[in-house]
Amino acid sequence: MRENTFTLQQGSSPLAVIWVWRGLMLAAAILLLTLYGTVLDGYEITIVVLAAVGLAFLGQNWRGFRWHALITAVLSLWAVKRYGSDLKLADTDFLLNYLLSSQSAIMWMSALFLMAMLAYFTGLFMRSEFSDKVGTGLTWTAVTMGMIGLMVRWRESYLISPDVGHIPVSNLYEVFILFAVITALLYLFYERRYQTRALGGFVLLVISMAVIFQLWYTFGRGANEIQPLVPALQSYWMKIHVPANFVGYGAFSLAAMIGVAYLLKTWQTSANPQGVLATRLPLLPVMDDLMYKAIALGFAFFTLATILGALWAAEAWGGYWSWDPKETWALIVWLNYAAWLHMRMTKGWHGRPMAWWAIIGLFVTLFAFLGVNMFLSGLHSYGTL
Amino acid sequence: MSRPSFARRLFSFLSTMDLAITLLLTLAIASIIGTVLQQNQPYPDYLLKFGPFWFDVFESLGLYDVYSAAWFLLILVLLVVSTSVCVFRNAPTMVREIWQLRTQVQAKSLRAMQHHEQWTQSSDVETLTAQAQAYFTQQGFRNKVVARPEAGETLISAMKGGMNRMGYLLTHLAIIVICLGALLDSNVPMKLAKWQGNLQVETRDLSISKVPQESRLAVGNHAFRGSISIPEGKSASVAFIGLEDGYVMQELPFKIAVKDFRIAHYATGQPKSFESDLVITDPELESPLEQTISVNHPLSYRGYTIYQASFADGGSLLTLKPWALSQEIGPFDTAFNTKVFDKQATAWGSNAAQLEITNFRVFNINPDPTDDEPGNMRNFGPTINFKIRSKTGEAREYENYMLPVPRDGRDYFFSGVRENPNETFRYLYLPMDDNGSVAEWVAFVGALQDTELVDMIAAEMATITLSDVTTEKDILQKNLHNSLAALVELFLRGGFSEVGRFIEASLPEADREALGAAYLAMLREMLGRVYIHTLDQPAIQTITDLNDEQVFFLQDAVTAVGALPLYGAPVYLELTDYTHIQATGLQIAHMPGKPIVYLGCAMLIIGVFLLFYLPQRRFWLILKPEQNGCNLLFAGMSNRNPYEFDSFFDQTYQQLKQAVEGNFDPEKRSESMT
Repeated sequence: MRENTFTLQQGSSPLAVIWVWRGLMLAAAILLLTLYGTVLDGYEITIVVLAAVGLAFLGQNWRGFRWHALITAVLSLWAVKRYGSDLKLADTDFLLNYLLSSQSAIMWMSALFLMAMLAYFTGLFMRSEFSDKVGTGLTWTAVTMGMIGLMVRWRESYLISPDVGHIPVSNLYEVFILFAVITALLYLFYERRYQTRALGGFVLLVISMAVIFQLWYTFGRGANEIQPLVPALQSYWMKIHVPANFVGYGAFSLAAMIGVAYLLKTWQTSANPQGVLATRLPLLPVMDDLMYKAIALGFAFFTLATILGALWAAEAWGGYWSWDPKETWALIVWLNYAAWLHMRMTKGWHGRPMAWWAIIGLFVTLFAFLGVNMFLSGLHSYGTL
Repeated sequence: MSRPSFARRLFSFLSTMDLAITLLLTLAIASIIGTVLQQNQPYPDYLLKFGPFWFDVFESLGLYDVYSAAWFLLILVLLVVSTSVCVFRNAPTMVREIWQLRTQVQAKSLRAMQHHEQWTQSSDVETLTAQAQAYFTQQGFRNKVVARPEAGETLISAMKGGMNRMGYLLTHLAIIVICLGALLDSNVPMKLAKWQGNLQVETRDLSISKVPQESRLAVGNHAFRGSISIPEGKSASVAFIGLEDGYVMQELPFKIAVKDFRIAHYATGQPKSFESDLVITDPELESPLEQTISVNHPLSYRGYTIYQASFADGGSLLTLKPWALSQEIGPFDTAFNTKVFDKQATAWGSNAAQLEITNFRVFNINPDPTDDEPGNMRNFGPTINFKIRSKTGEAREYENYMLPVPRDGRDYFFSGVRENPNETFRYLYLPMDDNGSVAEWVAFVGALQDTELVDMIAAEMATITLSDVTTEKDILQKNLHNSLAALVELFLRGGFSEVGRFIEASLPEADREALGAAYLAMLREMLGRVYIHTLDQPAIQTITDLNDEQVFFLQDAVTAVGALPLYGAPVYLELTDYTHIQATGLQIAHMPGKPIVYLGCAMLIIGVFLLFYLPQRRFWLILKPEQNGCNLLFAGMSNRNPYEFDSFFDQTYQQLKQAVEGNFDPEKRSESMT
């Protein structure tokens, strides 16, 4: 009766676990507000509440995420405690120096992501499920180290000086880490959902490129140093505008890499139907659907991010829209994916042309993300190379 | 059959998806232009960049303000029209789809669906119908029972997620709403007024009171984004709006006075905040409104928003002391007072007719090149920028630091020069003397330019050098004496490179190496003797008598003199005192379309999430009595997420089956879910 034999993993967790998790998030929020409620303003209280709700939602049916969040919280707090008020401990304290200072954590993340890519590709080409599983494990560890790196860096910025302190999403270096972490999390979500590890290597490829760039940016340009915020960035909008944008960028990258896998599979299916790619990659309609899902998610968040950006611009630049190069390129990205979604949803296009289009979309996105800062001048000149 | 009318064909063309997608992509590609070509720059810059022919072509295409060019707006208008027609055509269906349950389906079509199940129950139709309906209601489905006596069956039609269709409506209406709101806030009305001849773009640099009436916009409810620079202690009630190659002036219904402008810095020297204390006076206000604005914290008043956008010098008061670098004009002994942005005639010789002070900065926080860690910032103190314009109109720009800058343990006054604004400054390093001044160096320059003095020292040096010579002593001494004076003159005219050219041109190649080195050594000796003369210390007779300090000073002084021909100014202007007056750069915006745009944005966000994450799911159950009970045909479909729907359908089927058997417990999670 049904055309496909593929089933989705709904992955609902036991009710008891869900309620324990929700209770934990509630307790964390209450604890935070009791401890610091007097110094938080209305906006920050809202963020705490929304973060708790968001984490409760993400974790309720996603076991991996629960562990990720818990370990990140515990290790980050541990690092904060180790630091006390002395930033110099980053070089002398064993634990901080080798594991938990933001720089070390980020280096671990970088290495783990590269290893994860190797493991996934080994798994794919050697048909080794064990290696696939290692890939998943390494990716989770990398994501956790990256997230710890960001959390600890946040604290470190306050240790430099209270007026320097800010959330680490303010420059190109920081958002590259954010990009790697978010893209990997999105992938892990779909990996579990679609029960396929064969796409891991492809997605990790784009993450690894970001990691390599980030390493060059660290060692070649010293970009890892924490810089105080220029006045234009001292706004609460930054905390939501930037992460929302990177959910968009991450999802678009994911879609493009699935597009690559899709094209490779169609190519190998006709050339050598028994090949690794033809047999081990997910079914074409599944990848097609996944590509659509990733673009839809990216589009939703990119829309949100662009609108948040417009609200911010109305407060900082004297107007919600100024045709600044970054704004304009955001619009171009948005229009491109709007056209993609219309093609797919109303004209019913699917398969190879849409895969190609998703890959081209990544280049458009990449230009909006990096090219604008490198080649064009404008108001968004926070990340220069 | 008659052909459809033109209007009808146009209507259907406008509503096609092909057109919509083409427009989306065309708009995307057209938008690139304005990001590659910097927008709204001064027209002379474009002229310089493209040459007269392409400048005109690009101007007629509106590329300097592409986002308000007629053709660009046309694409936008077409997109809005296409979207409107699409919404107009689809809205009735969509609205129906939100609420309406489909009750016309036949058993045959249900069996043709990808998701369907059929089974029999022993209970009677009425009981089963009631139980099934209770289940759907309990699960949050809108549902309806339809009896079909003619077919001998009962249909239950159920639906969830009808709001998905609302997502379509909201997203598409949002585009129309946003574009309309943005049109209200654009400069299109202003361009129309200009086109109709009601508004004149002013290109001259005029004071506010001199701006002619036809370039002024009266207070009104139209949108604008303008800016104004107000010095501390001053006020203004207008804003300038950049338009094409000039500006128009917008009058404001209130007066903005600036009490103070402040820049705070981080410990590292980077700016931390820009703040202005503003006082708004308005006949409508009982008492003036005082508020401090900063970046990200504008002031909203009567629908106008006032932003901290930039800052500039507000006409700081400066005291300058000129040091003559040319024999013809010096020496001076009096400092004079001037102001930033002042232009004044000067009497510094033919090539320096006018002095124009262009800028003053109290802080210059730059990376310190002498620091081991590049990128470490340091405050280099106040600077002035000025131009010296010749009678023929050419000007060089200078940048002078007020305080000495240490380099390798010695102190220098920096003076930068450039011939056009695209170049970076090339710096002259003037060595600081023991009194913390350039006086000693200027005296050295003066002495070198004093031909009588140089002549005397040359004669003296020739005598000493040739004291051991016996034959033709007089002629040799005379020749050497002349050569030495000539070398100094050459050096003054063009530095060591000029001397080098002279050696190249006048000496035979065979002797060049040996004699050239001798010439340079003699020149250095001469320069040293002139320096010693300016010191006027009887204990010092030759270069060997100089202490280290003095030797270094001499080296630096010579280097600076050698670079003087490139410096090109007849004076060195020393900044001796200043009173800093800043001006705050305010941006003033009035955007009546903003609430409309924000409404559109809210619709867009809600719409997008409804569209993607609220699938519309429909189920049908046909119950048909049989001999020993009832046959049930259950089918479902979803307009999104086919794979999610697989398991959702299975789950719903299992639960429904339990429900009609009377076994379904909504509190207990179904086994099929894990």
